[in-house]
Amino acid sequence: MSELEFRVAIRDALAEELERDESVLFFGEDVAAEQGGVFAVTPGLQERFGANRVFDTPISELALAGAAFGAAATGTRPVIEIMFGDFMALPMDSLVNQAAKLWFVSNEQGSAPLVIRSAVGAGGRFGAMHSQNPGTWLQGIPGLKVVAPSSPADAKGLLKSAIRDDNPVIFLEHKRLYSIKGPEPDSETVPLEEAAVVREGGDLTIVSISKGVRDALQAADTLAGDGLEIEVIDLRALRPLDLATVLTSVAKTNRVLAVEEGPRVGGWATGLLGSIAEQGLHDLDDAWIVATEETPIPYSPSLEDEFLPNAETIVESVRARLRTGVETGA
Amino acid sequence: MSARPAQETERAPEPAGLEREHDPGAFLDAYARMVLIREFEQAIHRLFLKGEVHGTTHLSAGQEAVPVGVCMALDADDYVSGTYRGHGHALAKGTAPEALAAEMLGRASGVCGGRAGSMNVVDLEHGLVGCFGIVGGSIAAATGAALSARRQGRVSVAFFGDGATNQAYFHECLNFARVLELPVVYVCENNFYGEFTPMENVTAGGEIAARAGAYKIPFTVVDGNDLWAVRDAATEAVERARSEGGPTLLECQTYRHYGHSKSDPAKYRPDDELERWLARDPLTIARERLLADGIGEDEVTAVETEGREEMERATQAALAAPYPDPRERPGSEFSG
Ligand SMILES: Cc1ncc(C[n+]2csc(CCOP(=O)(O)OP(=O)(O)O)c2C)c(N)n1
Ligand SMILES: [Mg+2]
Repeated sequence: MSELEFRVAIRDALAEELERDESVLFFGEDVAAEQGGVFAVTPGLQERFGANRVFDTPISELALAGAAFGAAATGTRPVIEIMFGDFMALPMDSLVNQAAKLWFVSNEQGSAPLVIRSAVGAGGRFGAMHSQNPGTWLQGIPGLKVVAPSSPADAKGLLKSAIRDDNPVIFLEHKRLYSIKGPEPDSETVPLEEAAVVREGGDLTIVSISKGVRDALQAADTLAGDGLEIEVIDLRALRPLDLATVLTSVAKTNRVLAVEEGPRVGGWATGLLGSIAEQGLHDLDDAWIVATEETPIPYSPSLEDEFLPNAETIVESVRARLRTGVETGA
Repeated sequence: MSARPAQETERAPEPAGLEREHDPGAFLDAYARMVLIREFEQAIHRLFLKGEVHGTTHLSAGQEAVPVGVCMALDADDYVSGTYRGHGHALAKGTAPEALAAEMLGRASGVCGGRAGSMNVVDLEHGLVGCFGIVGGSIAAATGAALSARRQGRVSVAFFGDGATNQAYFHECLNFARVLELPVVYVCENNFYGEFTPMENVTAGGEIAARAGAYKIPFTVVDGNDLWAVRDAATEAVERARSEGGPTLLECQTYRHYGHSKSDPAKYRPDDELERWLARDPLTIARERLLADGIGEDEVTAVETEGREEMERATQAALAAPYPDPRERPGSEFSG
C-alpha cells in the first residue's frame, strides 16, 4: 500500500479543492514561490492554477486575514497561510471580530468560509517565537473552528472538509509532522466535528490532538508491555469540541489523561478535564494532565527536550500515576 | 520606477467615457437620501434619550454627503464596508430605514434581528459587508471584498475615519491593494477628530491623503460636505477601479455635528468651530445647488417632507416591532 507524506497530503488537498471549486483561492507569504513556502508544502500550485488564484502577498498578516474575511463574505473561498502559528497574534482582530462573528451577528445572512493554515508546534529548535501552539488562544472564540490533524490521511481529509465548510476554520499543521508518512485516506473528507478513537483500550483514556496523538500512540505501545490497555482519542478539533466521544470513553476506562503541548493554566486540556468533571464525574476515578512548564518555549536542545511532552514523559507519568494514585506534578 | 511627486499621482488621467454632466434628478434623489440620513440620526438621538436605543451610538449628522456621494458612483451589487458611525453608510447603500431603525432598537425586525445593534450592522443583500466596531476593520473588509469584486466585475469601497489611518489595517491594506491591483476605493471621512482628540495631534505629517502617495495610490482631497464634489471624485475612483486601474484614496473632509458618541458633549471643540461647519452644512449646500440647477423649491420641499415622514413611519414601525425571543431563535454558532 502506498504511503502518503503529511506535507503532500496537504498539497494534494489544496490542489484537489482548487480544481474542484473555482471560488477557492490560496494566498500567503512565499506560498507561490518556487519553494512553496518555508516548509515546502505548496510548490507548483501557482504554476498549475495561475497567479489569479494562487499568489504571494506582502508580509502583512492583518491584511491577509482581513482580505480573506472580506473575500469570504462576498462569494470567494480563500485559503490563506500564516507562516508560523506564533504570527497568529497579528491577524487576531480580523479572526476574532470579523470572521468569527459574521454568521451570528448578521442574523445568519451569510458566513465567512475561509481557512487559515499555519505551521505550529515546538521541537525544531525554533525558539520562543516560532514554536507555539495557538490552538488554545483560539479555542474560546465562538464561530471559529480550530482543527489540527495528527496523520497524513486526516490532514488531507480534514483540510478538504475545512475548505468546503461554510465557517472560518483555523487549520494547524504541526511542524514535526510534515515529514511523516502514513496510509492514504480511505474517504474523500473527514468531518471536522468528530473526535477519533485511534486505539481502543479499557484501562485509561489518553486524549490529545496533533503531534500529541502520535506521542500517545507510541506511549500506549510501550505501556501495553506493562499490561495496560490504553484508549487513545484524537480530538481532531479543539472547537467544536467532541466531548461526547471523550465522555463515552471515560465511562468505559474511568481514567483520563490529557496531553497538551502548551501550558496547563488556561490550556485546552485543563478545560477538557473541567468539562469531564462537570458532565462525567460519576464515571471518573482519576484525571490528570501532561503539559509544559509555564514559561515561553526555550531554544537549547537540552532545554526544549525537557520542556516538551513526548512518548517517554507520557509513559513515565502514566506509570507513576497508576502506581501511586497521586498527582505527579507538572 | 522613480519616485513621483505627490501632485502627479493626485490627478491621474481621466478614464475614457467618464461622464461628468450632472443630472439634477439624480442629485435630487441623492439629496433625499441625505435628508433621510439626517432624519434618521435625529430620530436615533431622540430615541436614545428616551432609553429606546441601548448602549451607545455614534451619529453621522453633518457627514451625509460622503456616503451618499460615493454610493451615487456605485452599482447596487458593488460592495461597501462601514464603521460604528455607519448609519449613513448603510442607508446610502440601500438598507431600509425601518430595518435599520429596528436594529438600533434591538427589535426582531432589525436588519440583523437585533443581534448587531448600532455598531455592527451587516446587510449583505445590499452589498454592505459589515460595519465594524473596531477602528480600521472596515478597511480590510473592503480590501478582501475587492478580491471577490475583481472576479465578479464589481468594485468595493471602504469607509473609515481619520483616526483609522494610524492603524496597521490602513497601511497594510493600502500596500496590499496596490500590490494586487485590487478594485477598491478607500474613503476616509476626515472629520478632524478621533473621539476627543484632534486629528493633527496624533497624525504625523498632518495629512492623510498624501499617505497614499507612498504606495503610489492616486489620492484626492475632497470637500466632503459638497455632494457634487464627492460624487465626482468617487466616480473617477470607481471608474479607475472598474477599468483595472487599482485602488484610490479619497480624503473627504467633513465634520460631525454631534459629539463622538451619545456620552460626548464635545466640549473640546474650539469656540465657533461647530458654527463654522454648520454654516457649511452639506444639506444646505446641496439644497442651494439644486435650486440653482433649476429644481423647483416645491420639489425640494416635497423631498424633505417625504424624508421626514418616511423616517417617522420607520420609527413607529420599529417601535411597534417585538423584541427577539431568545427561546424562539437562540441562534447557532456555525453555519450549516
Ligand atoms: C481598535 C480600536 N481602538 C479604539 C477604539 C475606540 N474608539 C472608537 S471610535 C474612536 C475614534 C475613531 O476616530 P476616527 O477613525 O476618526 O472615526 P470617527 O469616529 O471620527 O468617525 C476610538 C478611539 C476602537 N473602537 N477600536
Ligand atoms: Mg474622525
